[in-house]
Amino acid sequence: MTATAVGSPTRTRSQRAGRATRRRQNWGWVFIAPFAVLFLVFFAAPLIYAGVLSTWAPSVLLGDRFVGLDNYVRAFTDPAFLEGLGRVALFVLVMIPLQMVVAIAAALVLDSLTTRLSRFSRLAMFVPYSIPAVIGVLMWGFLYSPSFGPAAQLANLVGLPSPDLLSADAIFGSLTNIVTWQWAGYYMVIVYAALQSINPEIYEAAVLDGATRRQIALRIKLPMVSSSIVLILVFAIIGTLQFFTEPQVMSNVAPSAVSPSYTPNLYAYNTAFQYGDFNYASALSFALAIVVFAGSYLFMYLTRKRSGLQ
Amino acid sequence: MSVATRSSRSSVRWAERARPGSHAFLVILALYFLFPFYWLIVASTKTLSGLFDGSAGPLWFDDTFALFDNLAQLFTYKGGVFWNWIGNSFFYAFTAGVVGTAICVAAGYGFAKYRFAGRRIAFALLLGAVMVPMTALVIPTFVMLRGVELTDTPWAVILPSMLNPFGVYLMRVFAQDAIPDELLEAARMDGSGELRAFVQVGVPLLRPGIVTVLLLSIVSTWNNYFLPLTVLTSTKLLPVTVGLQQWQTQSRSATGSSDIVWNLVTVGSLVSIIPLVIAFLALQRYWRGGLSIGAVR
Repeated sequence: MTATAVGSPTRTRSQRAGRATRRRQNWGWVFIAPFAVLFLVFFAAPLIYAGVLSTWAPSVLLGDRFVGLDNYVRAFTDPAFLEGLGRVALFVLVMIPLQMVVAIAAALVLDSLTTRLSRFSRLAMFVPYSIPAVIGVLMWGFLYSPSFGPAAQLANLVGLPSPDLLSADAIFGSLTNIVTWQWAGYYMVIVYAALQSINPEIYEAAVLDGATRRQIALRIKLPMVSSSIVLILVFAIIGTLQFFTEPQVMSNVAPSAVSPSYTPNLYAYNTAFQYGDFNYASALSFALAIVVFAGSYLFMYLTRKRSGLQ
Repeated sequence: MSVATRSSRSSVRWAERARPGSHAFLVILALYFLFPFYWLIVASTKTLSGLFDGSAGPLWFDDTFALFDNLAQLFTYKGGVFWNWIGNSFFYAFTAGVVGTAICVAAGYGFAKYRFAGRRIAFALLLGAVMVPMTALVIPTFVMLRGVELTDTPWAVILPSMLNPFGVYLMRVFAQDAIPDELLEAARMDGSGELRAFVQVGVPLLRPGIVTVLLLSIVSTWNNYFLPLTVLTSTKLLPVTVGLQQWQTQSRSATGSSDIVWNLVTVGSLVSIIPLVIAFLALQRYWRGGLSIGAVR
């Protein structure tokens, strides 16, 4: 495109240059080649292989046999799988708004202050993101423990019975707290970075027009960072639908509260490694991938005007 | 860009009035997010029995200060396997991080600076891959790796961890803004080939983006749990995340008292997060700059 734009004196020369440019453009493939290989081997191949595996079923007498879409019919009528899907959907509806409110409120407050405390709080909030989820769950597992955690101690101080934060009733809230603790800071940093790149002269104009700080935050700042908010929502939805590490580790801390099919991903893992049925596990993984892909694609489509991903 | 616009910030002094509500909010945030770390530091100094019935409860130091005993035990327990785990975590994270980032940089540059045939489809596939949950690939990847007898080897963790579609996306966005076409043209006029133009012009301009993608991919491999849990079985090959989780499970279902190692779970957790926390605090300007790449367009 550059060669034609320059406007060479003779036609043949520009044609030759155009061909050279076109040939040069194919260098793009050279740069992409290593990624393309990795993509084919560790993305496309497992996906296709899972697709193939999921259409077979083991049988004791006959060996593996082709069953078509039976595993998917089984998955989408399997109460354990559907219950897990419903549960992660509930996590999406409860946990994500909570994380967003914490992250966005913190980002707005941090953006409007440049004190030492605000710098410290910003770091404090982000540190949990840097540590492994496993260790986050182990720490909170200790803290939740009814026998020796501080929650029990605090409740006893005011004369209440020790709350069992690891019971089946409380585990939803307990997991929500762990994930919010770990991820709110990451989301905050993304929104904060977007807020920091807004030209402050806009606020000065708003102040001259008599806008209050709250109005500036809600009517100017938030709309201007909406593409970042859409981005973190997509991350949060994808992450929550494939919820695995926290419930898996938690199922060792509180086995009675976290069932083997607590989330779809955990169910697929246990189907493969506890029950040894890799065919059905592949179908579950595939079904989950389809749900997540469709869900996030739908979300991106609905918010495409505001999205940064195009 | 985000720094430059802030230089005129001093003119918005009106925002800097003492605001007790905002400051109280920030104090509560800091306390909440740091609380588990405080607990972990305190717990690491306790003996096994002190963890359960310490003289001052779970939130204060015990009479006996056992941090160094715990560390010594961590060195020797089961032949010092904890330090194997730490070494493995470093090895997996850095190998996958460095090679994976190099692949992302090249691919992002290719997408940003060349209009090759099939580019649109390839990029659409890439964005699709960002949307597909990586954990949905873990079980199929395991079955595939088992087919070629690569399970229970370091490769089973390192090779799949190199795949980072989001890193490619970040590098593409970054390369588009950071490398002017004119500079590449000039390099070509001087007789540079495409590879030399990439190495001598492209890579230096991409450096901040490279550091960010490197940081993010090292951290995500270090923190990964599902993949190593699935593909590794030998205790010696585990990364520290899976190893500590096994000690936790072992302590919970222990039959003999020598298997109960809660004190090693806590002190091991503390030791394993120190390098990450330090890396994050020391390199914060990189992750902050980098995280905004994807968000600000």
